Formats: sequence, structure tokens, C-alpha cells
Amino acid sequence: MSDTALPGSKNPAARNFFAALQLDTRLLGMIGAFIVLCLVFNVFTDGRFLTPRNIFNLTIQTVSVAIMATGMVFVIVTRHIDLSVGSLLATVAAVMAVVQTDILAHPDILGLGHPAIWVIALIAGIFVGVAIGAFQGWMIGYLGIPAFIVTLGGLLVWRNVAWFITSGQTIGPLNETFTMLGGIGGTMGESASWIFGILAVGMALWLQIGSRRRKASHGFPVKPAWAEVTIGAITTIAILGFVGILNAYHIPKARLRRMFEAAGETMPEGLTVGYGIPYSVVLLILVAVAMTVTARRTRLGRYIFATGGNPDAAELSGINTRFLTVKIFAIMGGLCALAAAVASARLGFSTNDIGTLDELRVIAAAVIGGTALAGGVGTIYGAILGALIMQSLQSGMAMVGVDAPLQNIVVGTVLVLAVLVDIIYRKRTGE
Amino acid sequence: MATPLVEMKDMCISFGGVHAVDHVSVDLYPGEVVGLLGHNGAGKSTLIKILSGAYKADSGEIRINGEEVHIHSPRDARAQNIETIYQTLALADNLDAASNLFLGRELTSPLGFVDDDKMEAETRKIMGRLNPNFKKFHAPVKALSGGQRQSVAIARAVYFNAKILIMDEPTAALGVHETQMVAELIQELKKQGLGIFLISHDIHDVFQLCDRIAVMKNGQLVGTAKTTDVTDDDVLGMIILGKCPEGATPGPGALVDDTVLG
Repeated sequence: MSDTALPGSKNPAARNFFAALQLDTRLLGMIGAFIVLCLVFNVFTDGRFLTPRNIFNLTIQTVSVAIMATGMVFVIVTRHIDLSVGSLLATVAAVMAVVQTDILAHPDILGLGHPAIWVIALIAGIFVGVAIGAFQGWMIGYLGIPAFIVTLGGLLVWRNVAWFITSGQTIGPLNETFTMLGGIGGTMGESASWIFGILAVGMALWLQIGSRRRKASHGFPVKPAWAEVTIGAITTIAILGFVGILNAYHIPKARLRRMFEAAGETMPEGLTVGYGIPYSVVLLILVAVAMTVTARRTRLGRYIFATGGNPDAAELSGINTRFLTVKIFAIMGGLCALAAAVASARLGFSTNDIGTLDELRVIAAAVIGGTALAGGVGTIYGAILGALIMQSLQSGMAMVGVDAPLQNIVVGTVLVLAVLVDIIYRKRTGE
Repeated sequence: MATPLVEMKDMCISFGGVHAVDHVSVDLYPGEVVGLLGHNGAGKSTLIKILSGAYKADSGEIRINGEEVHIHSPRDARAQNIETIYQTLALADNLDAASNLFLGRELTSPLGFVDDDKMEAETRKIMGRLNPNFKKFHAPVKALSGGQRQSVAIARAVYFNAKILIMDEPTAALGVHETQMVAELIQELKKQGLGIFLISHDIHDVFQLCDRIAVMKNGQLVGTAKTTDVTDDDVLGMIILGKCPEGATPGPGALVDDTVLG
């Protein structure tokens, strides 16, 4: 079973093509909207929107918000909200920046450029993020203060704790290995990207076959073989296509020449090298897989959705809903730390205003991705797609040259409309 | 009979000065159905929620098979093989039947992951026994009819080999056919030696299903009686007036002579 929260027809005997594929129709709708959006922008930008370069940039710009949005799904599913994620990101970014530049880089400790710096800084950041998240979760779960209030307070507190940690200064430049988490500064290169893509395809197909076998062994109805093959083919094409696009974005000639010069070699004539998959995207993929597994295959995830659907029932079933709240907010804090690493690494510095308004982007991404504020419903992949749609809208409009105030008007309107469409959809399908 | 399966002695609980349950003692023997009766707000549900771990009693003693137990949470109650079917059913509407049936007690694979397929298979088995018409294994339970939802709640209580079953208004939302189904199930469970507390407003149901009744009024026990020793009218008198008829054992809440208490 893969549908704790997914609407959509599950009738295996359906005659209709899409019904036989048993895909989440809501997801299809979102992907459809995303494709239309991309095509429209592509027309208005004279084909500049759907270039490997822009797709690469869109991807790395989305990562930070998308990582946090996966955690926001759990928060919103349990009928809470977290308004503090942007500020928490700033505090954690400040901690990681100070740890690596002021403490670890000190000659008496590890020294500038030591290879272990980035790991220690990241672990310190995750520790701080989880601790702050757990503390907020404790206030919500055990003291009974509404999440809205606790995290509204957190929004003000953590933004300014960050300010104190850095004395209001921009901290940097960050450790070179650390900045590889940021995006364009750290990519896998073409061959490794293809290997990663092929492994991902193998994994996806293995999971698909395994699920079918398990269902068959229990004697449950399974999809027709052609439907399985179609889904497998779509997955394969999507993954390899994505890798192909990222590989097709070539490192600019001048930069490549400088890289060769730095290595003391001369660049062969006509050589092109693609960037490949950025490490930040690998991180997002790992987070997405881990969070999806948590949501669907662990007791924690089951309890999160049960509590969101009916808190009283969850409690009567012996679920410790208070401690569950602590866990959820701790996860959110940990994800804020990962997002902080990506965001500050991308800038190469930790600034005071890092992550400003991210709480709204993250909540919007989760909601556009189908997470219901009433609780109990939401998917990880939906939130990531929501983040991607938000980012595409924003950078697409910037490329077209839409005035800045109008951009925000459009984004705000889209958020409200997306929720309206969702409500109408749920009414129609009776979900 | 030997030791009672459940003994609740002198249970008290109050909420903000209101004595919701006031020195109530009831017991339950294996293979017996005890009906708990009373007006809305008489304290039946509260009493039963103490046993199921949803509320914690202010004072009183609970004995299971003669041994004193402390029930602080629903988890403790389940550990004593006490299962409850709540009036509200206590289902997570957004989850499917299998997830609800195993909520809090999920079957897991050797790696510790939730084994949905196995849970679905088990759910199909027990539903095949309880409600063979049940087909919607993948729909969230909010998409089910009242009777189907009820059968999920019942399946949850029965599946885990309960020794003590608490049913709070199990037939309130059901049609005639489904009510009959529940009645047959109760008879079957009785034969297996379960003790059942049944809360109901339906006097007819009570006389059909219960061996004994316990009547509550204003948080106090009016009295207990074997259903064979009293009539419909006697029971109504107990519920409405708090008058304990001959053939019943009076409790602290029974009317003394003809003076009205309170």
C-alpha cells in the first residue's frame, strides 16, 4: 500500500488508461501545471527558460526551500505550523559559519582549509537545529502553547540570536569544501552523474518489481503488466533525462581554461565538460527518499498521519502525541540545518538576512504541493514539486522582466488559487 | 463464580468540582455481558474511560483476575488485554482500514519498517469473518459507510485477542441488519469467554444481550441486577428516578425510601 494520504482511483479493474496506471491524479495535475508553466515562460523568454543552464540554476535555487518543505509537510499534517524556519536557518547558518571560520580554522585547532572542517561544521549545525526544533516542539507538545505562537516567537528570537552570534557581521568566506554543498561550486561531473542516474533507475525499478511481487504473494490484485512497464519506462526516461540535462550544461570555456591553468596544464582544443548533478541536489534527493520512507514505511510516519487525521483516536490508540510533536519539530530543525548549509554554501558567506521570508516560501511550497492545513494529508514529493513551481514562477517572471511588485502579486495569487483548485478537486473526487 | 475478570472498586473522578464518577463499584466475570445504563452525563462513559486508560481515576482500585493493576494510559489498558470500541469509533479518517486496525501496534518487517501488505492481508482475513461485504481496503475510512466504519472499529478490538471488551454504544449508528451482526458477534465472543461491558441506551438491546446491568445516575451507582430478575419498567425506574427495585442490589446512588436525593 502506498496511499496513506494519496487520493486517486485505485480500482485495478478500471478500463480507463490512466486508472490502470494507478497514478496519483493530483500529482499528474501538478506536473501538468508545471509543464504548462515552463512552456509559457519558454515562449516569453524566446527559449531561454528551458535551457540546460536555466534548469540547472532553477534546481539549485530550489534545494534549500525544498529541503525544509519536506519537514513542513510533517508539521502541517499534524495540524501545526512552523513560522520560525527562516530564522532558524539564519541561526544555524551563523553557528556553522562561526564554527568553521572562527573556531575550527584557527591555527591551534584544525587550521584553515582542513578537510574535516566541513563535516564538523555541518554536524554542529544539525545538532543546534535539532536541539532548537526539539525545544520548540516541547513547548508545543508538553506545555500546550500553540505552534503558531511558539514559532512566531521563534521567528523573532532566532533571527536575532543569529545577529548576536555574528555581531551583525557577514561571516565568510566559508570553507572551500563546505561551499561545495551550495550548488554550482560542487557538482559530480558527467561520468559520476550518469552512474548516479543509472543506479537511481536500477533502484526505482527494483522497488517497483519488489512491490509487485509482494502484492502478488499476498494474492492482492496487481496492475496489468503493460501498465507496470509504462511506469517503469517513464521513471527511467525522467531520471536519465534529468541527468542528461544537467550534464548538458557545460562549464564555460574561460572558467575551464582557468581550471586547467591552475592545474598547470593546457586545455585541449574543443574540449567541453558538463557540470553534472550538484551535490546539493543529491542531498535533496537523499532527504526526499528518507522523508518519504519515514512517512510511509515507519511507525513514526504512520503516527504522524494518524494524529493529523484524528488526534483523539491517535491518543486512544496509545500513541504519545506529545512526544511525537517534539520529534516532528526536531526533524524540522534538522532539515533547517541542512537547508542552512546549502543556502550559506551557495552564497559562500553567512549573512544576517539569510533565509528571510523562507518560512512563507516553505509553507507555500508544502500547501501548493497538496498538504492540507486541516491536517492528515500531504506528500513529500508534492512539497518538493511545490517548491519547484514557486521557484520557477519567481525566476521565470524575473527572466521575462515582470516588475518586482507584480512578481509577488502573482506568486501570492497563485498560492491562493492553487489551494482553491485543490479544494474543488477534493470535493469532486469525494476525498 | 470464581474471581471476577474485572473489579472496579470505589472509583472516583471529578472534573473541576463535578463528581463525574462518585464511589462506583462494578465487576465483570468471564463470558459475561454487563450493560451499563443511565442518562447522558450519568458517568457511564467516564467510568469506562478509566478502565480503557483514557482518564486517570482520582481514587479507587482496579483488579484484573484478582490482581490490582494501574492503568495510566491506553497502552496500559491494551497490555491488560482490554480493548475498547468508542462511541466515536476513534478512527483516523485519513487512513485506510488496515492502518486503523493496527494503529499503535503496526506489524513490521525484520528491518523495522511498517509491513502494509501483511497488515492488509490480516485485515482482509478478519474482515472476511466479520463483514464479508467489506471491499474497500484501500480507501480512507472516511469514505466508508457507518456500518463499515463500525466493523473496522470492532475488528480492531477483536483482532488482538481481547479478554475484556468495552463497547460504547456499538449499535447507535447502525441499521437493523448491522445491529443484528453486532449482536451475533457479542454472543460469539461471550462463548469464547470474554467479558464485555456494553454501554447502551436501547433497553431492548440490553435485555437481549446482557446478563447483568449496572445503572448509573449523577455519577453514582443506582444498583446492579441480573436481567432475569428485573423488568423493563424496573430498569426505566432505575435510570429515570434512581429507584432500586426488588431483585436488584442497590448501590450508593439508590433512592432511599421515597425521599428524593439532591
